[in-house]
Amino acid sequence: MGNLNDYKNIWVFIETECGKAKNVGYELLSVAKPLAQQKGCPLVAVVIGKDIEGVAKDAICYGADSAIIVDGPEYEYYTTDAFAKALTGLVEKYKPETLMLGATNNGRDLGPRVSCRLKTGLTADCTAIDIDEETGNIAWTRPTFGGNLMAVIMCPGHRPQMGTVRPGVFKKPAYEKSRTGEVIREEIHTAEEEIRTMLKERVNEVAEAVNLEEAEIIVSGGRGMGSAENFKLLEELAAELGATVGCSRAAVDAGWMPHAHQVGQSGKTVAPKLYFAVGISGAIQHLAGIAGSDTIIAVNKDPDAPIFEVADYGIVGNLNEVVPALIEAFKARKA
Amino acid sequence: MDFKMDEFHQDILDMVHEFAVNEVKPLAAEIDRTEEFPMENVKKMAQMGLLGIPFPEEYGGSGMDTLAYIQTVEELSKYCGTTGVIVSAHTSLCCTPIYQFGTEEQKKKYLPKLCSGEWLGAFALTEPNAGTDASGQQTVAVDAGDHWVLNGSKIFITNAGAADVFFVLAMTDKSQGTKGISAFIVEKGFEGFSIGKQEDKMGIRASSTCELVFEDCIVPKENLVGELGKGFKYAMMTLDGGRVGIAAQALGIAEGAIEETVKYVQERKQFGRRLSQFQNTQFELAQMKANTEAAKLLVYQAACAKDDHEAFSHKAAMAKLVASRNASDVTRRCLQLYGGYGYTKDYPIERMMRDAKITEIYEGTSEVQMMVISGWMGVK
Amino acid sequence: MNICVCMKQVPDTNEIKVDPVTHTLVRAGVPSIVNSFDTYAQEVGVRLKEKSGGKLIVLSMGPEQAKEAVKSCLAVGADAGYLISSRSFGGSDTLATSYILSQAIRAVEEKEGLKFDLILCGKQATDGDTAQVGPEIAEHLDLPQITYALDILEENGEILVKREYDAGYDMISTKLPAVITVVKLPYEPRYPTIKSKMAAKKKEIPVLTEADLPSIDLTLCGLNGSPTRVKKTFTPVREKNGVKLEGMEPTDAAKEVVKLLDDAKLL
Repeated sequence: MGNLNDYKNIWVFIETECGKAKNVGYELLSVAKPLAQQKGCPLVAVVIGKDIEGVAKDAICYGADSAIIVDGPEYEYYTTDAFAKALTGLVEKYKPETLMLGATNNGRDLGPRVSCRLKTGLTADCTAIDIDEETGNIAWTRPTFGGNLMAVIMCPGHRPQMGTVRPGVFKKPAYEKSRTGEVIREEIHTAEEEIRTMLKERVNEVAEAVNLEEAEIIVSGGRGMGSAENFKLLEELAAELGATVGCSRAAVDAGWMPHAHQVGQSGKTVAPKLYFAVGISGAIQHLAGIAGSDTIIAVNKDPDAPIFEVADYGIVGNLNEVVPALIEAFKARKA
Repeated sequence: MDFKMDEFHQDILDMVHEFAVNEVKPLAAEIDRTEEFPMENVKKMAQMGLLGIPFPEEYGGSGMDTLAYIQTVEELSKYCGTTGVIVSAHTSLCCTPIYQFGTEEQKKKYLPKLCSGEWLGAFALTEPNAGTDASGQQTVAVDAGDHWVLNGSKIFITNAGAADVFFVLAMTDKSQGTKGISAFIVEKGFEGFSIGKQEDKMGIRASSTCELVFEDCIVPKENLVGELGKGFKYAMMTLDGGRVGIAAQALGIAEGAIEETVKYVQERKQFGRRLSQFQNTQFELAQMKANTEAAKLLVYQAACAKDDHEAFSHKAAMAKLVASRNASDVTRRCLQLYGGYGYTKDYPIERMMRDAKITEIYEGTSEVQMMVISGWMGVK
Repeated sequence: MNICVCMKQVPDTNEIKVDPVTHTLVRAGVPSIVNSFDTYAQEVGVRLKEKSGGKLIVLSMGPEQAKEAVKSCLAVGADAGYLISSRSFGGSDTLATSYILSQAIRAVEEKEGLKFDLILCGKQATDGDTAQVGPEIAEHLDLPQITYALDILEENGEILVKREYDAGYDMISTKLPAVITVVKLPYEPRYPTIKSKMAAKKKEIPVLTEADLPSIDLTLCGLNGSPTRVKKTFTPVREKNGVKLEGMEPTDAAKEVVKLLDDAKLL
C-alpha cells in the first residue's frame, strides 16, 4: 500500500459513451468541490473515452480544477477490461486520495473491478459524502436494507478511498464558461485481445431513452392507478407540464409500465423540481428513490398513505377525478 | 398432543406460503370480481405437487399426510378462499374416495392424472331437493347390461366447470333407501353428461360452482365405485374428510383477515393515534387470535386423527363447526375495525367476510355438524 | 457446461419495519430468504445446464442457518451445494467476501473434479445492495465479467448476454469462463415440488472452512482483510409537514394546489 500520505487529490470519474458525458459525472463535481476545498486539494476530472477532450473542458467549466484524459477508439463503448486497465493505470501513477464514480450500470461494473485490483475499499450508491472531522477520512453515507437503514462507511487504512454516487442525488453545478484548467492526456492503450467481452448489438426498445434521472418534472403512478389505461391520464398531465412519466414498482409488477420508467430502490433515483406521486402509497423503497426531489405532490385516496408524510402538497381523493381536475387547473393557469 | 409439525411440514408450508403470497394473493380480488376460475394457478400448483399431497407416490401423489394437505389449504385460504376450496374439493372429495373405495384399476386410471393435475376432480351429491337431507337422491342409475345409464341433475358442484372427473352419487335401488345409493366415476366427455349454469355466488366466486345434468348418460360398468348400494356410506365418510378441508379453509380465512387487519390498524390513524393504540383494537384482535388458535388445534387434531386411522367424524365436525363460525365472526369483527374502508372493495376484508360465510354451509351446515357431535355424545 | 451459482441468504427486506417509537430496524421474526436476484441467477443457470448438460453447484457464504438457503436451491435444480462458513470469515466486507468465494470456487472445482464455465451471481444482495461481490470475484479469478444480465443465451457453447442499457439492451458475447451477474429474467424462477423439496431436505450440505481452502491467506479474510469500516448506522427520518387537502371537491383541491405551487414560485 505504501504511505497513505503519498495519496493526494480528489478525483471524479466522468463516464462517457461515444464521446458524450453522462450527467452524473458532472453532478459528482458538485459534491466533490466543497470536499476538495475543505482539504485544500485540487479536484480532478478523469475522463476515459473516444474524442473526449470537449468533455474534459466541460468538466472544468463545471468545477474541476484539471482533467486527465485517456482517449482511444477502444474506449468508444464501455468494456470492463479496457476501462479497468485504464483507470487502474491512472490511479497507480497519480495516487489520488479519493475517487468517485457515478453509480450507473457501468460505474457499478467498473468500480468494484478497480477497487479489487487496487485492494482498497469501495462504498456503493452513496447519497451523502462528508469528511470525518476526527480522522480526515471520507465518510460515505449510503442506504442499506432496501432503504430502511442508512450506514456511514469509511476506508481508514487504504487509498484511494472509493465510492459510487447515485445519479440524481446531487444537482449539476453551474457551468462557468470562463473557467480554465490543465488537461493532461495519458496514453494508455488496451489491445483487442485484452478485451474479453464484445458488444455485438445494441437494441433500443424505446424510441427515446426514458431520462427520469435528468427530468425536471416527473409524474409517477403506482398501484392505485388500477390499470394500464389509467396511465394515459398521467401522460396527459405529463404532456401538459412537459414532464416525464414514471411509476412505482407495483405498476411495473402489474405489467402496466415498462421497467425503464420505474422510480425507487430497484429503479431510478430521481431529483426533479416537481414530483407528482399519483396512487403511490409511499413504500420505503419508493421513497428512497425520490428523496432528492425539491417538491413532492401526492394524490391518494387513503389519507393515511405514508406518501403524505413526505409530500409538500397532498390531495386526498379519487385520482380519476383529481388528475383531470389538475390537468384543467394547469391549462387554466396557462391561459 | 403431537401435531407432527416437523421440519418437513414446515418446509412444505414455507413453499406454499411463498407461492400463495406471490401468485395467489395478487389474483384474489380480480377473480372474485370476474368469477374466472384461476386455471393458471391450478396448473402451477399441480406442477408443485399440491394436487395430490396425501396420496402415495405409486399413484402419482406427493406421499405426504393429511396434516400437510390441510396446512396447504389453510395457507392458500389466508389469501384466497376460492383457491383453498378448489384444492380441498379436488383432494378430499374426488381423489380421496377414489383412493379409499376405488378398485385397483380405477386408482391406476384416475389417481396419477388427478394427482398430477392433468385432471381436476369434483364431487356430486347435492341435488335441488337433496341438500342437507342428502338421502333424498333423485338422480337414478339403471343397469343396462354392459353399462349404467344415469338420469337426473346435481347442483352447487364446486369445480364443476373446470373438472374432468366427477365422483357422482346416484340411486340404484330406490326401495333400499340410503342403502340403494351407489357411487360412480363420471368423466367430462361421457355421452349424455353436461355442465349446466354457473351460480352467481356471494363468496368464493371463482370456484366454478355449477349444475350437472345427466340425460341418459352412459357410464361404463367398471366405473361403479366399490360395492353396489354403499355409495351413501362412502359419501358420508368422504364428507368427514372434506370437513377437515373446509375447516382448514375457514381457519385460513380467519388468519388472513387477522393478518391484514393487524397491518391496517398500525397504519390507519384516527384522533391522532394509530388504531392499534386503542385498547378496543388490541382486545378485539387478541380475542380473535386466541379463538383462531383454538380452532386451529381442533382442525389439526382432526387431521392427525385421520392420519392415525382413528374414528374422526366427530372431531372433523367439531373442527368445522368451530372454525367456520370463527371465520365468520373474525371477518365481521375485522371489517368493523376497518370501518368504512373495510366495506369497500379496495380492501380485501369484505371479500374475506363473504368467503367465510360459505364455510358454515357447505359440506354439511353447522347444524349438521351439531347433529354429528350430539349423536357421538349419545344425546339423542 | 459447468456452472457455479454464488448465492446469499438475506432477511426479507420487504418484511423489515422501522419501529415507530424507537426508530430502529425491527429484525426479529423477519424471515430469511434466498436473495431474489440470486434466484434468477439460479434459474437461468438451471436452464443452461438442462440445455447443454453439466453440473450446477451452489456456493453460499454465511452462518450455519444459510444451509437452508442452499437446500432451497437444491430443490429447484442445483446438483450440489456448499456452505462456506468459519469464524475467521466473519466481518468480511465485499473485498474479503469475494476473495473467500473465489478461493472456495477453486477448491470446489478441485473437489468435484471439474472446471466452471460460468460463475453466476445476482446483481446485488437486497440487504447490502452493493453489487460488488460479483465483479470482485471476477477480478480475483482474473475472469471477464458481464453485469446487469437480463438473459443469458447459449448457442454451440457460445454465451451471449442480454445486458440492461438505458434505452433497451446490449447483446454482449464473452470468452469463457466468465462471471455474469443477473438482474432479472424474461421468466420467473420455478417453484420446487413437494418431492424435490423433500429430497433436498434430506441432503447433507458440506461446510467449507479455511481448512478446506488450501491456498487461502487468512490476513485477507474477515475484518482484517476488509478495508471498509461501518462507522455508524441510523434510520432515515422522512416526516415533513406538508399541506394536505382532505375532503375538498377535486376541482377545488386541484385549483388550490396549482395556486399554492404558483405562490411558492415552483411552476
